[in-house]
Amino acid sequence: MTEAAEAAPPFEQIVLPHLDAAYNLARWLVRDRSLAEDIVQDAVLRALRYFPSFRGGDGRAWLLQIVRNTAYSTLKARRPGTEVPVGGGAEDENGEGFGLDVPDPGPDPEAALAQQQDLARLDAALAALPIELRECLVLCELEKLSYKDIARVTQVPIGTVMSRLWRARRALMRLHAVGGF
Amino acid sequence: MTTDDCAEVTFLLQADFDGELDVGGSARVAAHVANCADCAAKQAALGDLSGRLGTEASYHAAPDRLRRSIETALAASRTAAPPAPIPLARPAAASRVRAAGGWRARALPFGAGAAMAAVLALAMILPRGGDLTDSVVSSHIRALQPGHLMDVVSTDQHTVKPWFDGRLDYAPPVKDLASQGFPLIGGRLDYLAGRPVAALAYRRAQHVVDLYVWPSSSTIESPPGSGEHSGYNYLRWTQDEMVFWAVSDLNKTELGEFADRWRASP
Repeated sequence: MTEAAEAAPPFEQIVLPHLDAAYNLARWLVRDRSLAEDIVQDAVLRALRYFPSFRGGDGRAWLLQIVRNTAYSTLKARRPGTEVPVGGGAEDENGEGFGLDVPDPGPDPEAALAQQQDLARLDAALAALPIELRECLVLCELEKLSYKDIARVTQVPIGTVMSRLWRARRALMRLHAVGGF
Repeated sequence: MTTDDCAEVTFLLQADFDGELDVGGSARVAAHVANCADCAAKQAALGDLSGRLGTEASYHAAPDRLRRSIETALAASRTAAPPAPIPLARPAAASRVRAAGGWRARALPFGAGAAMAAVLALAMILPRGGDLTDSVVSSHIRALQPGHLMDVVSTDQHTVKPWFDGRLDYAPPVKDLASQGFPLIGGRLDYLAGRPVAALAYRRAQHVVDLYVWPSSSTIESPPGSGEHSGYNYLRWTQDEMVFWAVSDLNKTELGEFADRWRASP
């Protein structure tokens, strides 16, 4: 072995510390354990290939962007004919018109609401948000990424990130009767 | 406070909560919230939701199995074909021979991922003696594997060309030869002999032509010529201080036609 084997090369130093973040994002995007593992493995190999174009800075946002792109193309390939928004697109700046991708709560909203307030349901409500809202909220609340990095990962302007974050939060607040919005 | 004010403050409120505002912005939010019960409740709700997400939303840490699998694949790729996963891209042939032993020693006891296995298999199949022709042709073959052909998919040269900005330290010329029977289908970044280079992909019927471009002043030697390698034809030339390598499974005549059209095109 050469001395190169002693110290991990820059790619490993930059990417390996962010595997948790990579897997967490993949899991929240595709909502499937083994698919998320495949996506992260694939994304890391893609990242290795793109590494010559990595221009320093935060490796986490860079890796997460590749993970996200890999996840979107995987979802697209698995569901041909299903439109997966890839960012941009028409935005409703007032945040209206975005519902939750969950079954209708039924004729008794109060009971449904109470049911949704347990631990599993907040998790489930987040998982049921439209993907472009979900990814913003996961990156913000669970990964604590800055707006700038979220914009980079999701490839939309910062204004759109802010609007999506608010819509995601308001949807969860409404569902969980947090603050009455 | 008017409704308009509150609508305007909502995003500020959120940005303040997420730590994105400067002191002035935070002060503006604080002043508004002090006089607006609705926005004060909104602010409290943001904190409440965030606290609940922090404790109730699952954080999915990478399983050990995944971590091991990735580390193994990376170790294998490092010993098999540093510095990038383009096999045979390493300039020194001697280190490649050393690396081959390393690959067997390190990778076989573990189960590397399928994708990496394919790359390694390719590295084993291709001739080991090699020079730049090896690298260029193997890069072309690798690019033909599913999902590897293009980083930027576009038939528009004005989309492909700017894509390379900031990814390379030179501006590769990009031309669409659709009217001459070789439509541009996209571009990607490749790594040859230790430097990133531009690769443009063209189509002729069911065949793909890869055109690699880099500055002739670079350290990669490349006198004009043509030939056949591993069943693929290649053709290289220099023009406007750029080196061009065209690689394809097209026959020699058609590849020659491609090069002629490229050179003649404005």
